Amino acid sequence: MFEYRKSALTAAISIALLAQAALAAEEQFFPITSYRVGPYGANGQSFFGGFVDYLNYVNIKEGGVNGVKLVWEECETEYNNAKGIECYERMKDKAKVSTGPIHPMSTGISYALIDKTAADKIPMAMVGYGRTDAVDGSVFPYAFPLVTTYQMQASAIVKFIKEKEKGSLDGKKIVFLYHDSAYGKEPIVALQEEAKLNKFELTLIPVAHPGNEQSAQWLQIRQANPDYVIFWGWGVMNQTAIKAAQKVGFARDKMIGSWWAGSEEDTVPAGDAAKGYMAATWNVAGTDVPLIADIKKVVYGAGKGNLQDQAKIGTILYNRGVSAAVLSVEALRGAQEKYGKGKPVNGEQVRWAMENLNITDARLKEIGATDLLPPIKTSCADHEGSGMVKIQQWDGAKWVPVSGWIEGNKGLIHPLFKASAQQYAKEKGITPKDCAKES
Amino acid sequence: MLYREAGQFKTSYAADQQLFPIRQDRIGVILLLVVAFLVVPGVASEYWFSAILIPFLIFSLAALGLNILTGYAGQLSLGSAAFMAVGAYAAYNFQLRIDGIPILISFAFAGLTAAGVGILFGLPSLWIKGFYLAVATLAAQFFIVWCLTKFPWFSNHSSSGVISAQKIVILGHEFASPREKYLLVLTLVAVMALAAKNMVRSSTGRAWMAVRDMDVAAEVIGIRLMPTKLLAFAVSSFYCGVAGALYAFCYLGSVEPDGFSLDMSFRILFMIIIGGVGSILGSFLGAAFILLLPIFLDIALPSVAGLLGLPFSNATVSHIQILVFGTLIMFFLIVEPHGLARLWQIGKEKLRLWPFPH
Repeated sequence: MFEYRKSALTAAISIALLAQAALAAEEQFFPITSYRVGPYGANGQSFFGGFVDYLNYVNIKEGGVNGVKLVWEECETEYNNAKGIECYERMKDKAKVSTGPIHPMSTGISYALIDKTAADKIPMAMVGYGRTDAVDGSVFPYAFPLVTTYQMQASAIVKFIKEKEKGSLDGKKIVFLYHDSAYGKEPIVALQEEAKLNKFELTLIPVAHPGNEQSAQWLQIRQANPDYVIFWGWGVMNQTAIKAAQKVGFARDKMIGSWWAGSEEDTVPAGDAAKGYMAATWNVAGTDVPLIADIKKVVYGAGKGNLQDQAKIGTILYNRGVSAAVLSVEALRGAQEKYGKGKPVNGEQVRWAMENLNITDARLKEIGATDLLPPIKTSCADHEGSGMVKIQQWDGAKWVPVSGWIEGNKGLIHPLFKASAQQYAKEKGITPKDCAKES
Repeated sequence: MLYREAGQFKTSYAADQQLFPIRQDRIGVILLLVVAFLVVPGVASEYWFSAILIPFLIFSLAALGLNILTGYAGQLSLGSAAFMAVGAYAAYNFQLRIDGIPILISFAFAGLTAAGVGILFGLPSLWIKGFYLAVATLAAQFFIVWCLTKFPWFSNHSSSGVISAQKIVILGHEFASPREKYLLVLTLVAVMALAAKNMVRSSTGRAWMAVRDMDVAAEVIGIRLMPTKLLAFAVSSFYCGVAGALYAFCYLGSVEPDGFSLDMSFRILFMIIIGGVGSILGSFLGAAFILLLPIFLDIALPSVAGLLGLPFSNATVSHIQILVFGTLIMFFLIVEPHGLARLWQIGKEKLRLWPFPH
């Protein structure tokens, strides 16, 4: 009797354990290194709010990806590199079992994680920031600067200006006003190449961090009297620049910002001065995108929304967070397609899927994300997959797209990435893999 | 009772001049080293190595460097992070530009480069003192970061100014795993900390302390101010430089000039203020307090909140963590203005009498 009870107990325990294991096996883990406090907390709240809302949306609407529930853990980085590493190391063990791509949303953290993620086989997505030469997947197998990079964006902006100037930039003057940091300096190479090709005169004017005083720079711009200002600003620098442009009388519709200088957080504080200001973006704003409207209905209707301030829904950064989550979930679908539907996938499998993403217009329409983000097709040699941006203009109350998807000059820019990646491989002693052999 | 040195007789000069004159201290230090070198690598997880132990040791070393300058020689400096940046970029460039140079030599050269830069920015200390000197060292902080950003040569023309540390290979063995990196950092930090401990009780250290306590009096008794102060700057920057090289090579793996911000200099300064100004042990205790307490709170708070049934979001936890951290800093400064090292000293004296306090 006693023996029997004991074995029954063991059986019960093992069944419970098995059930738990089975339960755990049906979950796909997302390590989220987010920031909701600190100097860029406001930006982080919108972005990660959108990211988490979409994961919730997939869980509620479809019960996860093919039945695999999405679960996540958030760790606060405060946009600080050391904290980002601490967070990554904390969540790493869980992520080794099953993982969605990590989105650090910080160039500094993504640089610090590049070697670590490659060693741990956890894919990292840097959508619109981060190490841009990771476009070359032969050197950076686990890093994905998806959608577009600073260089391609700069090139697309030049293309947009060229179209506005009826096809020729010969003899035109363009000033590049930039945040004097890694972020602001990256597009310089691309712009110099473009200047050579299109024969325009390029003037570089740096602004020291944080950039809340720019009268000297704008005086210089007034003296140079350029046809356009391409503007790579960040944080408080953006509204300051827009206001300074108004003060010196430089037309705001000749000023085109990068996508970090093109959110509501930048234009609203600048008030009237921002009217007419343009900026590049790889995702559109607004709640009239079907997916965003549906998230609002389904997730917030169920009381599971992540944002406390619902006015943020539909802002540029919120929609960017949703777009980043769409890319991640599509990668999971791709991985399940290849490695077994209805099963969680690990970092290596997700990596394969991210390298073979093919999100077509038709697929975007299915999700309800038409025009939210451009179609994407990645490969081993091209971890970017699109290179397209839209130019949007601030009408005084909201961002309005004023162009279709513009692709940067790939033939000009991608060889620069390749060269830079090769140099990196040489410095670090990495043997690039052969992309031709990848299936 | 536990700390009584009664019965420990010194019968030779060598015995009298030991680094740790009390037997209990000697045993303690040896035990600590044994644990750090033999036990920790066996039991610690990767998270502990890369997120806690390695940064703790590196910041201890930087704090130690600042403590030599501020705590022992009395020269207030706000440029520690900049000297770390010099060390990091110098080590990277030595590795890059000199073929086949051993990494440890690179680290040493990086320290020497930082020492040179430190002497340069230490020159104003011959004329100005106290807060005014702190402002002068602030110039180092801004100038060095600007310089590394401005001249692309330092970052090997990387378009973003970010450098990526090379592999660490010593005698054909690659230090790749966090455990190996921890052992490397630990070895360097242990050697340099013991060297510092020895240095501060030598004639050099005594000269520093004399200058700190009253430089006119020090000059009167025959201490030459210029070499003494500049030596303090050089040694301090050497320590910071090596810490910076380790920060780039063993901790982050890639660094940008902006990472070595004024904020980081302040953190290092807080470490020595909390830990104990003018104490080797204090540098370690301060680094532990400033670095590890936020992480501990970050991990502990959500579970505490869960137990109490409070609906804390991630952001709230971060805010509370900053609050608690700030309060604790004030608490310690009020209770013990001389830092955690002083607490340890008081504890030692109590242990000496225990269990008969009277």
